[in-house]
Amino acid sequence: MSTETLERARTSAPGKPRATGRPRGTSRLTSKATVNAVLLFGVLYTMLPMAFVVLASLKSPAGLISGDVFSLHDLGPTSNFSGLVHTDGGIFFRWYLNSILYAGVGAIVTGLVCVAAGYAFDKYSFRGKERLYALVLLGVLVPGTATTLPLYLLANKAHLDNTIWAVLIPSFVSPFGVFLARVFSQSYVPNEILEAARIDGAGDLGVFRSIALPLLGPGFATIALFQFSAIWNGFYLPYVMLNNQKLYPVSLGLYIWSSQISTDDPTMLGQVMTGSALTIIPIIVLFICLQRYWRSGLTAGALK
Amino acid sequence: MAISSAAVRRPSLGADAGRAPRGRGHGRAAAILMSPFFLLFTAVTLAPIGYAVYLSLYRTERSGLGFGGASNVFVGLGNYGRALGDSVYRLGFLHVVEYGVIYVPTMLAAAIAGALLLDSSLARASRLCQLLYFMPSQVPGILAALIWLYLYTPHVSPVISLLTHVGATPNLGQTGWLLPAMANVAIWQYTGYNIVICYAALKAVPRELIEASRVDGASELRTALSIKLPLIGPAATLAGLMTMVGVLQLFTEPLVLNSIAPGSIGAQWSPNLYIFNAAFTNDDFATAAAGSILLALISGALSFVVIRVTRRWREIS
Repeated sequence: MSTETLERARTSAPGKPRATGRPRGTSRLTSKATVNAVLLFGVLYTMLPMAFVVLASLKSPAGLISGDVFSLHDLGPTSNFSGLVHTDGGIFFRWYLNSILYAGVGAIVTGLVCVAAGYAFDKYSFRGKERLYALVLLGVLVPGTATTLPLYLLANKAHLDNTIWAVLIPSFVSPFGVFLARVFSQSYVPNEILEAARIDGAGDLGVFRSIALPLLGPGFATIALFQFSAIWNGFYLPYVMLNNQKLYPVSLGLYIWSSQISTDDPTMLGQVMTGSALTIIPIIVLFICLQRYWRSGLTAGALK
Repeated sequence: MAISSAAVRRPSLGADAGRAPRGRGHGRAAAILMSPFFLLFTAVTLAPIGYAVYLSLYRTERSGLGFGGASNVFVGLGNYGRALGDSVYRLGFLHVVEYGVIYVPTMLAAAIAGALLLDSSLARASRLCQLLYFMPSQVPGILAALIWLYLYTPHVSPVISLLTHVGATPNLGQTGWLLPAMANVAIWQYTGYNIVICYAALKAVPRELIEASRVDGASELRTALSIKLPLIGPAATLAGLMTMVGVLQLFTEPLVLNSIAPGSIGAQWSPNLYIFNAAFTNDDFATAAAGSILLALISGALSFVVIRVTRRWREIS
């Protein structure tokens, strides 16, 4: 890092006392210790509850309520796991598959829908375009929970409530995704290439499919990743829409189970903790593997 | 959908038309590319808003003892008056404001401080720290609330026994404990996310500016406060705005924490819980719809005010 070398070069210059009168080297050492202590505190604050879920999932039910979860006593991961397998005929794994279905399909469809719309917003001009775009941006600010309840009432009229469509269709919409797609289209798809393809006689939709879409691959991945996580982590929509336990995503199922936890019988608590760990770990691993994409998405969001 | 196709059919002859495709068929292509989004957007966002407005203007009146037919009566803004007249609904707003007053400034200050610390040349393992800080935002909100619920449970939680050791007596039945406890769940989840956003904004700043201030002899702290901090402003404002809109929607945390503090939370603690309760416990969709519209309007007004104020603030500075 160039700034660091610059800083080092400057501090190593002898005989340059700071305003405090202390030699700069010592002062820098204390500041460095302070800064990193604060950063370490942040790491502990964020990671201890995570470590707690993982440890709790490995505890026997009795160990869970003993008050020292962070010790390695009373391990009994198999009892929790077999609880997951046997409760209601292993319905937890059905919830898990539902979540994969909702989040997977939702992510892919949203990615495509947003990339197409964002590309069109970037590359075409027509009257009223910016006003239409303002509507999209307004959509970013409309809170999802404000529309979910009336959406349920509409779905109820159409007899779509309590079906997978009630969870899937709303998850295809991401105004923020359109915003991201437009930004990505501006930076990844040069107009010259499109002109060249058009001179070669390619149709508009052909150009989009064979030239723009491959170039927008990273943008698609970013939008799909964010949407996957939003659906995987979503709770309010399925909570409002679904009654049938067999259609639950894992977040809703675990909530329903958690309301049956009692301190007298910690079996369910162990099950919920194991289920939580199994729900959290894959999404965390996904985000660790795909850092490039979410970082670029957040950067685009931060700068515009 | 109707809006998009009508607008798209007329290709623009405007100034920027030159760089974009023109001519016959292009408008059609744009309409085809945009229609899936706008079709879905209409069905999932615009139609429910319209339907909620419609519902909020009527009330179902049952004749006699409820055995006769029900009829829909136009009541104008009556349902809005009903929701606003209900002290429970108004109290819900007070609760989320109290909660927001604790949560938003704490989270934003921590996010800005975190980003500045990570960007300072003194920080080690900056990239790894960011990754770790970001992680809680990917924990499902309901599970985050459940994890902390467990960590707040007396006799079971290591956190509570630690607090008891230092002489505190945490009691979620008291507002003084309940609100910070609830805010802590959200602070834990979203501070890291906003650190990454602020950090990204900081990285986009021309580094010469920062190096110049260093060469001029400004200390690390001074550079952070007088050069970097103003540069994070816009990103932090946007993050704060989105957070405040989120605060008004508060639902999950009180829903989950209710099980250890039923006396002080209850089923209608926040506006969203009130609306949910009106719809699914009382079958009163009219009040629920009016409550939803009011909540959306207040969120919109809040966004508008924040954007206006910060724009003026940016013009001044």
